[in-house]
Amino acid sequence: MKARLLALCIALAPPGAAHAEDQAERLGDAARGAEIFGLCKGCHQIGPGARNRIGPHLNEIFGRRAGAIEDFSYSKAMDRAFSDGLVWDYDRLDAYLENPRALVSGTRMSFRGLANPQDRHDVLAYLRDFTASPQDIPESAPTALPREVALPPEVLAIVGDADYGAYLASECLTCHQQDGSDAGIPSITRWPVEDFVVAMHAYKRKLRPHPVMQMMAGRLSDEEIAALAAYFRNLE
Amino acid sequence: MRWNRRVFMGTGAAAAAALSAPMLGAQGRPRVVVVGGGAGGATAARYLAKDSQGGIEVMLVEPTRSYYTCFFSNLYLGGFRTLDSLAHGYGTLAAGYGVNVVHDWVIGVDRDARTVHLAGGASLPYDKLVLSPGIDFVEGAVPGWDLSAQDVMPHAYKAGTQTALLKAQIEAMPQGGTYVMVAPPNPYRCPPGPYERISMVAHHFKTHNPTAKILIADPKPGFSKQALFEEGWERHYQGMVERLGPDFGGGNVRVDPAGMEVDIDGELVKADVVNVIPAQKAGHICAAAGLTEGNWAPVDGHSMVSRMDPDIHILGDASAQGDMPKSGFSANSQAKVAAMAIRGALTGSRVFPAKYSNTCWSLIAPEDGVKVGAAYEPTEEKIASVSSFVSQTGEDTALRKATYEESLGWYDGITADMFG
Repeated sequence: MKARLLALCIALAPPGAAHAEDQAERLGDAARGAEIFGLCKGCHQIGPGARNRIGPHLNEIFGRRAGAIEDFSYSKAMDRAFSDGLVWDYDRLDAYLENPRALVSGTRMSFRGLANPQDRHDVLAYLRDFTASPQDIPESAPTALPREVALPPEVLAIVGDADYGAYLASECLTCHQQDGSDAGIPSITRWPVEDFVVAMHAYKRKLRPHPVMQMMAGRLSDEEIAALAAYFRNLE
Repeated sequence: MRWNRRVFMGTGAAAAAALSAPMLGAQGRPRVVVVGGGAGGATAARYLAKDSQGGIEVMLVEPTRSYYTCFFSNLYLGGFRTLDSLAHGYGTLAAGYGVNVVHDWVIGVDRDARTVHLAGGASLPYDKLVLSPGIDFVEGAVPGWDLSAQDVMPHAYKAGTQTALLKAQIEAMPQGGTYVMVAPPNPYRCPPGPYERISMVAHHFKTHNPTAKILIADPKPGFSKQALFEEGWERHYQGMVERLGPDFGGGNVRVDPAGMEVDIDGELVKADVVNVIPAQKAGHICAAAGLTEGNWAPVDGHSMVSRMDPDIHILGDASAQGDMPKSGFSANSQAKVAAMAIRGALTGSRVFPAKYSNTCWSLIAPEDGVKVGAAYEPTEEKIASVSSFVSQTGEDTALRKATYEESLGWYDGITADMFG
């Protein structure tokens, strides 16, 4: 597991096809995950109208900061995880499900853990259905995984030229609506910059399947992707 | 245009400052007149007004108060859209963006005086002119047909009353009747358009007139998305559609509107509906202004500026630019490049390298959508395709449905991008 957590570091993740293959194996079966989720239901609700009970509700868990639901009373350990900036991405949820106390020692979640990796992947596939994160738009099958592409830190560190982004964005706005409407075509406004950059690189490398997006992203440079991310991040 | 690339490459202050002195119009700010309120013109007007934040006076000259998009008008023929849903007004461009919308015809351009003359008598001086007039038809292209016959044998290739007429004719066709399309030669507006139309007409007949026949007389050996359309016609409308290409005389056609007959290479066909889509040329104002070579108006792909006049940009169907198809998507894409270049010239704003793209969605049957598209970049010679894609035959129904739904999203997206 420690090795897995290390692999989180974007720079260290294996590049290209090998990485995609690794992700594909880890895509779970959501239907089976729903059954396994029966183990969790005593404390956690998920889906429309889900509320906090013994444990917090799990809607939008992917990408949520640990301990972040305001009206839920967390353990001190989870409050600390919040302060430390722990974010529930795939690998951290996977680690937490395997052994909660290994990741957040002192958590009140009294769950012995899921030892079988497939069980965990299936549950995560189920949970993912209730997270509408940008990495989760319907067409992109390998969604909500921690990183679809291995990007060098210097690529992620590029500060986008929002003026240039405004011009480049005009091409996006032929299809994607400025007001964030998402009927038929996903909304791309106000995404976190890093999610936007990663998604565009995933199209550029043809890891995401949509042909129009592969074509559009395919001719954008790293700087141009950063410029678009910067522009759409702040679009009102 | 040479200057736009120079500005981009030399992003230093000196290069920008040299071009930042604005040209002044009558009211103290530069004026751009945009002719034509479709996918090219409306988009150009909106981006010029929006991005110059009042720094440019934008006048949009468009004869109609309600613009009917030609894209999606086939879906109206198929019963998937109402005509009203294709209509768009200019109220938001005027009220929300400060575009001065003038409902009038342009009858002439005095390029020396940089003035546009309107049918209503007014004259509009400009610093930059954008022409986006769409298409007109080549006289004599289909022997026996001219504009006076369009009420009998509609083209329905400019949306609105013509589309409504064709739909009424299709609906009134006797059981087992014959619909003939005279397809246009290249290049023409919306390459998959005639064949999407065939699909939509066939869909209507399948439900309401299942023994009807559809005949296409086509001067082209092949056409856009041909494999996809032919697969779809075989699957959804088996035995209904027959296409005569040039090898079967499809390019040798004469029509008789009075007798409702079509002569295809010497064979007389008695038809109930004849949809004549003639050969096309740039909207006539381009030729009147001396901006055409042959049927179209050549432009430089770096900024869509006319090769005949550095103060006139020509967008969309009317332009001869290279590899881009004549489509609403293309015109919209070109408008943004032109708007950026014009702002750069008039206000000194930053100018970036031109990028273009196009995607054309077509509906073959309910929830059976396909698409084709490409990305483009300018060279000295033309706008050149740099990458492309097309839907595949044999795709599953879920993907085709998603493609159709995507096209609905695109319609909302592009019309919002055009009209605000």
